[in-house]
Amino acid sequence: MALDSKVPQGPLKDKWTDYKNHINLVNPANKRHIDVIVVGTGLAGGSASATLAELGYNVKSFAYQDSPRRAHSIAAQGGINAAKNYQGDGDSTYRLFYDTVKGGDYRSREANVYRLAEVSANIIDQCVAQGVPFARDYGGLLDNRSFGGVLVSRTFYAKGQTGQQLLLGAYSAMNRQIARGKIEMFNRHEMLDVVVVDGKARGIIARNLVTGEIERHSAHAVVIASGGYGNVYFLSTNAMGSNVTAGWKVHKKGAYFANPCYTQIHPTCIPRSGDYQSKLTLMSESLRNDGRIWVPKNLEDVTAIREGKLKPTQLTEDQRDYYLERRYPAFGNLVPRDVASRAAKERCDAGYGVNATGEAVYLDFAASFERYGSEQAKIQNISNPSAAKIKELGQEIVRAKYGNLFQMYEKIVDENPYETPMMIYPAVHYTMGGVWVDYNLMTTIPGCYAIGEANFSDHGANRLGASALMQGLADGYFVLPYTIGDYLSDDIRTGKIATDTPEFDAAEKEVTERIEFFVNNKGTHSVDYYHKKLGKIMWDKCGMSRNKAGLEEAVEEISALRKDFWKNVIVPGTATEYNEQLAKAGRVADFLELGELFAKDALVREESAGGHFREEHQTEDGEAKRMKEFQFVSAWEYKGEPKDAVLHKEALVYENIEVKERSYK
Amino acid sequence: MNLTLKIWRQSDANDKGKMVDYKVTEISEHMSFLEMMDVLNEQLVNAGEEPVAFDHDCREGICGMCSMFINGEAHGPDRGVTTCQLHMRMFKDRDTITIEPFRAASFPVIKDLVVDRSAFDRIQHSGGYISVNTSGNTQDANSIPIAKHAADEAMDAATCIGCGACVATCKNSSAMLFVGAKVSQYALLPQGQVEAADRVKNMVAQMDLEGFGNCTNTGACEVECPKGISLDNIARMNRELMKASI
Repeated sequence: MALDSKVPQGPLKDKWTDYKNHINLVNPANKRHIDVIVVGTGLAGGSASATLAELGYNVKSFAYQDSPRRAHSIAAQGGINAAKNYQGDGDSTYRLFYDTVKGGDYRSREANVYRLAEVSANIIDQCVAQGVPFARDYGGLLDNRSFGGVLVSRTFYAKGQTGQQLLLGAYSAMNRQIARGKIEMFNRHEMLDVVVVDGKARGIIARNLVTGEIERHSAHAVVIASGGYGNVYFLSTNAMGSNVTAGWKVHKKGAYFANPCYTQIHPTCIPRSGDYQSKLTLMSESLRNDGRIWVPKNLEDVTAIREGKLKPTQLTEDQRDYYLERRYPAFGNLVPRDVASRAAKERCDAGYGVNATGEAVYLDFAASFERYGSEQAKIQNISNPSAAKIKELGQEIVRAKYGNLFQMYEKIVDENPYETPMMIYPAVHYTMGGVWVDYNLMTTIPGCYAIGEANFSDHGANRLGASALMQGLADGYFVLPYTIGDYLSDDIRTGKIATDTPEFDAAEKEVTERIEFFVNNKGTHSVDYYHKKLGKIMWDKCGMSRNKAGLEEAVEEISALRKDFWKNVIVPGTATEYNEQLAKAGRVADFLELGELFAKDALVREESAGGHFREEHQTEDGEAKRMKEFQFVSAWEYKGEPKDAVLHKEALVYENIEVKERSYK
Repeated sequence: MNLTLKIWRQSDANDKGKMVDYKVTEISEHMSFLEMMDVLNEQLVNAGEEPVAFDHDCREGICGMCSMFINGEAHGPDRGVTTCQLHMRMFKDRDTITIEPFRAASFPVIKDLVVDRSAFDRIQHSGGYISVNTSGNTQDANSIPIAKHAADEAMDAATCIGCGACVATCKNSSAMLFVGAKVSQYALLPQGQVEAADRVKNMVAQMDLEGFGNCTNTGACEVECPKGISLDNIARMNRELMKASI
C-alpha cells in the first residue's frame, strides 16, 4: 500500500481553513447513532472524548488507571506553548511553526506542524474558559515564560504543574459528559486488541483489570491516545504503567509504525542510584536558565570526589570544565535537549562522571546566588554586603523560582542543593516516533486514529519543551473532532456494530490464548527480569548514541531475549482476578517486539537527526550530521517477526521553510 | 536495612482479610518506599507466591494513584509527600512497618492495598466542571483579568491530586477537604460564578450520598495532605453552601 499523507492542496496558511470548509459533516440527529472508542484519557484522549461527546457522538473511553485524571500527562511540569504574542515580542503562528520544524531537525510534516501552531492560541482560550488557573501577573493578565532555547516568551504555565492543571481541565470537560451519559467511562480497563471488520476498525477487546473479564466493545471508529513507549527502556520518566500495547496491537493489525528510533532523552533528570531503581525523575528544563553545568577538569579530582575525599564546592573555577559553555558559546547551558544530553554522555564516557556510577554531572546554582544576591543587595540598599549575605539574598530568589524542584531533589537524593551542586544525568522522557497517521490523524487502518504522543506526526526527530501538551490538546480538542466527522459521515446508516461476529470471536480468542499461556507457563523468571534486561540492551545500544555494530547486536539480543521470555516467564496468580503481574507480562511482551523494530529502524537510518545520533554520521567536532537522502518518514509495515517488517517511505517536502544545519555554537 | 513488614492481605472485596508478616533484607536507605515493595514482590514471585497488590503509577507524587496507610499514617511518616516519594531513610534497621489500605466505608478494598476511590469521580461528575463547549470561539483568554491573588489561591486549591489521604485520615471518613478544594477552585474564579450555587449543592449532596462522614474540625486531613491543601477550603465550601441555600 502506498502512503498517502492526504495533505490538502493550497498555500500552507489556508490549508486547514479550506479543509474544514469542504469536509463532510454529520447532522446532530445522526451523531446519536454513532459510537466512538477512545483508548487513553491523557491530554489527547481526554480532550477528544469530551469534545466528541459534546458534539453528540456516543463515546466509550478506556483508562488502565482508576480514574481518567491519573493519566501521565498529569506529570508534565513546565508549560504549554501558544502563539498568542501577549508579550509583543514578535511571536506568530509562522514562528511557532518554524521553531517546531527546526527543533525537530527537519523530520516532521510541514502541514501538520503549521496546523498545530495555528490552533495553539485557541487552546489557551479554551482552557481559561474551563477554569484552568494559569499563572497571572499583577495586572491580572496571563504570564509567560521562555522555554527550550527559542527566542520568544510563549509558554503558559501553572506553577510547576501545568500538565496537571490542563489534564484536570480535560477531565472536568469529560465529567460533564459522563454526567450526561454521553461518555461511558471504563476505568481499570486495558485494550488488548483492535477488531477490524471489512477492513475498518470496528471495536476493541478489553480486559477488566479488577475481575479479569474479557470484554468486546464495538464502535464506528477507534481512537488510540495511549501515549508514548519510553518504558521500552525500563527506566524512564514515564509512569510505571505507561506502555505501547494499544499502539502495537493496531500496528499488528495493519497500522504502520513510524520512526520508532526517535526518542527524546532529557538532560536534567536525577541520576540513578542503584539496581532497585524503578523509575527516573525529571527536573524541569527551566533549571538550565540559572544553573551552570560542569564536571571537574582533572581525573584525580573526579576520583577524589567519588571517594568522598573532596567536595565539589572545594574546586576552584579553573579546576572546573563548564563543557556546554566551552563547546557552545552562543547558547551555552541553553542548547536544545538532544545536544545537552549527548554532551553529558560524552564527558561521562570519558571518565568524568561525578557519582559512584560514573553517570552524573553537576548543575550548579552558585553563580546565580551571587548574581541575584548582588542585585538584591542593591535593590535593598545594603552597602558592603558580606559574601554570606549575598548568598542568602540570592538563594531567596532562586527558592521563589524553583523551590518545589529543589525540595523534590532533596527528598530523593538527601542532599541540600542550596549548599552543594545538584547532580543530574539524561533519562528517557518522550518518544517522537509512533503510529503513522495522515493529515486526518488516521492510521493506515481506515477508522483507526492515533493522537497525542501515540502518533508520530509533529515533532520530527526532537521535541521542543512545552510542545507535548500543545500537541495533545490540539489533536483532541481541535483537529480530530473535525477529521473524524468527515470519515463518520459514511456511517450514518450503518447502525450498531454487532459484537457476535467471527471477527470479534477471532480477536477475543487470540487475547484469551495469550493470557492462558501466561498464567499456565511454569517458568523461572519474573516479568521484571525480562523488562530490566530489555531496558539494558536498549540503553546501552539504542540510547543517546548508536552505531552499526551495537544496533546489529541489539537486534539479535532482543530477538533471543524474546524467545527466552516466551519459554521461561513466570506469572503468578490467575486470569480471573486483579493481577498486576499478568497485565505487565502482556505489556513487556509487546515491548520485546517494539524494541527490536526500534533497533532495526535505527540501523536503517544512516544519518544523525535530533535524538537519533549515529556515531558514523557526525561532523568533525562531534555534532549530528543529517543526510539529505534520509529526508523521509520511515513507516514500518508488520509482517510477523520484527525482522521481517517492511519499510515504506513518506518523503518530507519543505516548501515554506529552508532546510539548514542546526548550529548552536 | 533488614525490616519486618506487617501487610494487609485480602484476596478480593468479599474476603475477610488479615495482616501477614514478611521479612525484607538489604534494603538501601536511598530506595523509595514503593521500590522496597518491589523488592518484596520480586521475592514473592520468585518463591511462587502471590505478590502484594498496591496502586501506583507516576511515582513522582502527582498522579494520586498510590495510597497506603503506613504505621498509622496516610502516605507514611514524612510530611508533604505521597507514598511513592517516601524514602526508606525515614526508617531504621530492624524496624517493623505496618502497611494497610486507605480505610473508609466509601473506599471498598479491591485487593490487598488497592481500594476503589470511584466515589471521588462521581462527586466530580455531579458538578466539578464549568459548562463550556469546545468551540475554538470562546473569548480571548486575556479578556477577563483575574487578580493574581485569586488566581494563585485557585491554583493552590486545584493542586489536590485526589488521592484520598484526607478521607483515610479522618475519624469520620469525611471528604470535605477534597470537595472543598474543587468547589474553591471555581468559587475563586469569575468563570465559575454562573453555576456556583448549583455546583456546591450538587457536589455536597453527592458526597453525602456516597456515605462520607461529616467534618468535626479536627484538621487531621490538612496535616496528612501530601499537597498541603488548606482547611480554609472547607470553610469556603460551607460559606458557598450557605450562600446557595438562602
